[in-house]
Amino acid sequence: MQRELLEKDAILLQQDAASWEDAIKKAGQLLIDTGKIRESYIEATIRNIHELGPYILIAPNVALPHSRPEDGVLEQGISVLTLRKSVEFDSEKPFQLVICLAAVDENLHIEMLQKIAEVIADEALVNKLLSSTSVDEVYKMFNGGGELN
Amino acid sequence: MLAVCGMGFGSSMMLKMTIEKVLKEKGIKADVQTTDFSTAGSEKADFIFTNEEFGRQLAGGTVPVVAIKNIADTKEVREKLEAALQ
Repeated sequence: MQRELLEKDAILLQQDAASWEDAIKKAGQLLIDTGKIRESYIEATIRNIHELGPYILIAPNVALPHSRPEDGVLEQGISVLTLRKSVEFDSEKPFQLVICLAAVDENLHIEMLQKIAEVIADEALVNKLLSSTSVDEVYKMFNGGGELN
Repeated sequence: MLAVCGMGFGSSMMLKMTIEKVLKEKGIKADVQTTDFSTAGSEKADFIFTNEEFGRQLAGGTVPVVAIKNIADTKEVREKLEAALQ
């Protein structure tokens, strides 16, 4: 059975965000709305960033907000938010692509990470994602390839 | 080797996968473990791989720190690993 990594309802493209916190809340809201996490998960993520610095920046222009499963994950999944204009952390590091990650345990989320890694390892794919206005196109980028079987 | 991120869970796992890909390709045998930032300082390792943010914070310890910009980029990890091994 094909497991759906990213639901269409968890994709929001070409949005505006006032700050990095706003961007993370918007990406997190998609996971709340699709029943993957509780609000506490986003609060924990933002608190962690205040404490530890922007650890969620995993590649140029790409943020992967995540926290621990016990902070409020109900079901595993990811959401994708793209911003028309990038937002920055205090350290001036900008990002435009937000992939919010909800993982339930270490083994199950490896396949999610592999798929995310495939996309962000390729700058051309990241740019394609950032310029995309099609939810279907983005959906296919993360669910295609049959790697999740 | 240690792959470090804030939670020891999300991005460090991704970084570990990238490092293992590179090690396999180069035929190097090494144990790669993930950990979170708060325990990284007390762990023993030959190298610590982490993102740029923690790279800055962890630098200056006894273990050489390799900071990675794109943790999914095998090319970047390969180049920085090769440089670290010299």
